[in-house]
Amino acid sequence: MDAMTLVPCLLGLVLAPLLAGIVNRTKAFFAGRHGQPLLQLYWDVFTLLRKGATYSRTTTWVFRAGPVVGLAATVLALALVPLGGIPALLRFPGDLVLFAYLLGLLRFVTVIAALDTGSSFEGMGASREVLFAALAEPALLLSLAAICLETRSVSLSVMLEDISTATWTNQGPALALVAVSLGIVLVAEAARIPVDDPTTHLELTMIHEVMVLDHGGPDLAFILYGSALKLWMLGSLLVGLAVPVRSGHPLLDAFASLGGMMLLAVIVGIVESSMARLRLVRVPKLLVGATALALLAVVLVLR
Amino acid sequence: MAIFLLGMGVLAASGVGALALARTRWGSAVGAGGAVVGCALALVPSLQALFGQPADPFRLPWSIPGGSLSFAVDPLSGFFLLPTLVLAAAAAIYGQEYLRASAPPGRAGGAWLWYNLLVASMALTLAAQNGILFLLVWETMALTSFFLVVFERDKGSVRRAGWTYLVATHLGSAALLAMFVLAAGAAGSFEFTDLARLAAEPGDFRGLLFLLAVVGFGTKAGFVPLHVWLPEAHPAAPSHVSAVMSGAMIKTGIYGLVRLLVLLGPPAAWWGWLLVGIGVTSGVLGVLFALAQHDLKRLLAYHSVENIGIITLGLGLGTVGVAAGMPALAAFGFGGGLLHVLNHALFKGLLFLGAGCVLHAAGTREMDRLGGLLRRMPRTGACFLVGAAAISGLPPLNGFVSEFLIYLGAFRGAVGAAGAASAIVPALATIGALALIGGLAAACFTKAFGIVFLGEPRTPAAEAAHEAGPAMRGPMVALAAACIAIGLFPAVAIRVVLPSLRLLTREFAPLAAAALADMGDTVGMIGAGALLLAAGIFLAALARRRLLRGRAVEATVTWDCGYARPTARMQYTASSFAQPLTSLFRLILRTETHARPLVGVFPREAALVTETPDAFREVFFRPAFAAIGRTLERFRLLQHGRIQLYVLYVVVTLIALIAWKLR
Repeated sequence: MDAMTLVPCLLGLVLAPLLAGIVNRTKAFFAGRHGQPLLQLYWDVFTLLRKGATYSRTTTWVFRAGPVVGLAATVLALALVPLGGIPALLRFPGDLVLFAYLLGLLRFVTVIAALDTGSSFEGMGASREVLFAALAEPALLLSLAAICLETRSVSLSVMLEDISTATWTNQGPALALVAVSLGIVLVAEAARIPVDDPTTHLELTMIHEVMVLDHGGPDLAFILYGSALKLWMLGSLLVGLAVPVRSGHPLLDAFASLGGMMLLAVIVGIVESSMARLRLVRVPKLLVGATALALLAVVLVLR
Repeated sequence: MAIFLLGMGVLAASGVGALALARTRWGSAVGAGGAVVGCALALVPSLQALFGQPADPFRLPWSIPGGSLSFAVDPLSGFFLLPTLVLAAAAAIYGQEYLRASAPPGRAGGAWLWYNLLVASMALTLAAQNGILFLLVWETMALTSFFLVVFERDKGSVRRAGWTYLVATHLGSAALLAMFVLAAGAAGSFEFTDLARLAAEPGDFRGLLFLLAVVGFGTKAGFVPLHVWLPEAHPAAPSHVSAVMSGAMIKTGIYGLVRLLVLLGPPAAWWGWLLVGIGVTSGVLGVLFALAQHDLKRLLAYHSVENIGIITLGLGLGTVGVAAGMPALAAFGFGGGLLHVLNHALFKGLLFLGAGCVLHAAGTREMDRLGGLLRRMPRTGACFLVGAAAISGLPPLNGFVSEFLIYLGAFRGAVGAAGAASAIVPALATIGALALIGGLAAACFTKAFGIVFLGEPRTPAAEAAHEAGPAMRGPMVALAAACIAIGLFPAVAIRVVLPSLRLLTREFAPLAAAALADMGDTVGMIGAGALLLAAGIFLAALARRRLLRGRAVEATVTWDCGYARPTARMQYTASSFAQPLTSLFRLILRTETHARPLVGVFPREAALVTETPDAFREVFFRPAFAAIGRTLERFRLLQHGRIQLYVLYVVVTLIALIAWKLR
């Protein structure tokens, strides 16, 4: 079983960029285009890794350290996340807090790297990022608290292992609320529509994209790969909750969860094709709403 | 204890010596050197209490009734002494150079007298074992710090800040006086060893004592809404004093509260709820007001309110845990709260020293007039970044360890409470509040570091900034190293709080021992995680280096959308960075905006000024004190300086007395 714990981490490292491909193909399908190859993000990352770099004269070592620290934090966070019933590589009581704060570290270094350029566009993106993150944080932790209360455990691996079809029959409404709340957190943290539009072309309207505007070469490769990993691990949490296949057969469970991940990517693509981004002043309401849903779920679990 | 009292003697003597030598060039050296030696001597009993056998208590009979002149350093005092003395020594080394550059000639001697007496009175407050003695040194601490706050007394704003501080601290002292008198009345003595008898008193009486302690100690610690003096007084003091006040002095309030919790015995559940409630409000409001500030030191002062909130959340959870008989909740809550006391002393001290370097180098604390300082002051900037990441609670630094313990206590408490609302509600409130505080603190410190140290300088003063000297850099490097060390090896650091935790959870010793062992294991996992993260960062940096080797690395301008003439003034400022957050929370913050908008086709000039005065000061304290002032105004009638009238009072009094005697 110990070798199995490598599986979630390795699958994430290998397959994470594929999710972006699936999202893009879904969007292309709805727009009637042929779209990018499924493996486009892999090629992008490889191309960037082979390039040199160009730095702004304003920037300091903070700008260069940002992607490095961010990637390390993301990979460590990935090692804490289970895939369905398969436990994560690293697990201990309270690992969910470390997970949340590693994402916080990623955000911190991304934001200060953006401010290091002295560009007002990047300052604007950074300002929006910290606002949305501050509001998404309670939603994430209270959602996890609801699952903790239901499964009587404080470790991500144990929590998601204990979610089964029986849990859904007993606590369906509460888990559904948690799933919606986690879904909103995923959209906000992974910078997808309706919070952020990854394909916008105007600096003024960007959030995450504008913060990495001045990065290039291997640094940008680190950032793109890190973003893909982030989408993967937040997706793993959501799928671990929403796809309660716990047959006890590792292979079957793994395939069910992988299927869930692909489905999630398709859903993200459908959402992106079918709605526009929210006005920036509306986003806080969405995130506070997610917190409220998580609180409601907690109350339902305690009932 | 002899060595502790010797240290106090060195502090007092060197303070007086510094004043005597104020006109010579030896004054500062004697003051700072005495502070360092005194702190080092006083640290010995603290380390003995934490890692070995506590030294024998010191007792002398004195003429004041109700006990003796007694000092002792038990594990709890020893734990609080550790950050206090370390930070005081570091700040003294820093202050020696800082005062030389910024103090008017001849005034530094007085500053050292008050500083060394402040350090001595803080240490004595933590070691006093008698209520009257405690109040005496507590008051000394308040007065010496008052004189340090008004060090730059030529400025009106500084005098006003000092006045606010003096009033606030005495209102707090009044509550403490009442508390000690009531407690001694019931226990029959002011000695702490005798006050432990209070545990047998009825619950209502102990609750009253607890409430008085929350008001009295909370004023010193900076609980919202008793915090109003803090954002005024801390920025006004010289920076090394701000570091000691924010990092160590306000913790004496936390110490008093914890000491009283030990003396009062089994707590009621509502004590814990009250503390959690205070923690949530102080934490969230502290960080929100910090976000709206433009002044770097004021921002840091509000963050002290926030961090006191986090500490109080931990203490509150611990109290709930003891009251509900949940050893895990008690151990993790108290453990996280106490460890945060140590951590906050380290990173807040570091940040205030860094802010002092900025003030020293660029001559302003206004963040919107700074920028690009990391290039000009690389060491200060790097240290400030460590402090900023640590106070935001990010791994692998020390702030994360203590916040993690409080989080885990809350999660454990919620899961283990099995439907008991008494523990679940405070636990969930803690989780939600800590998450919000964490996000907002990260926003605030990306702003503080990013606007001050990154980008391009916004004014010529910032452009001409220079690195601080070695005596100012050294203490900052040491504090930053301590933040990193505790983050990477938390299992070692947790040992300094374990003796105090045993004291606080003595009600269920065998169960608590298991919970404490469990805490040790968890902290070990955190340490492993931090080391893995450090290794990951190292590997990723190595990979980036290898990838870029031999390739073209060019330098160019920041992407500006092709705009031809970008200037440094076009950068995002601290105000614009925080604007979405401050406007979201405008109902609480009540930011005032004074704008001179652009008018006409060819506008001449425009201006925008925003300021966020403390809402509690404006809405509650100012009207309250104005009302008190108006009431007292009526008594002016009796005394307005006419001698004839005073003579008349004397005559009338004499006649009345004679008439009464002859009756």
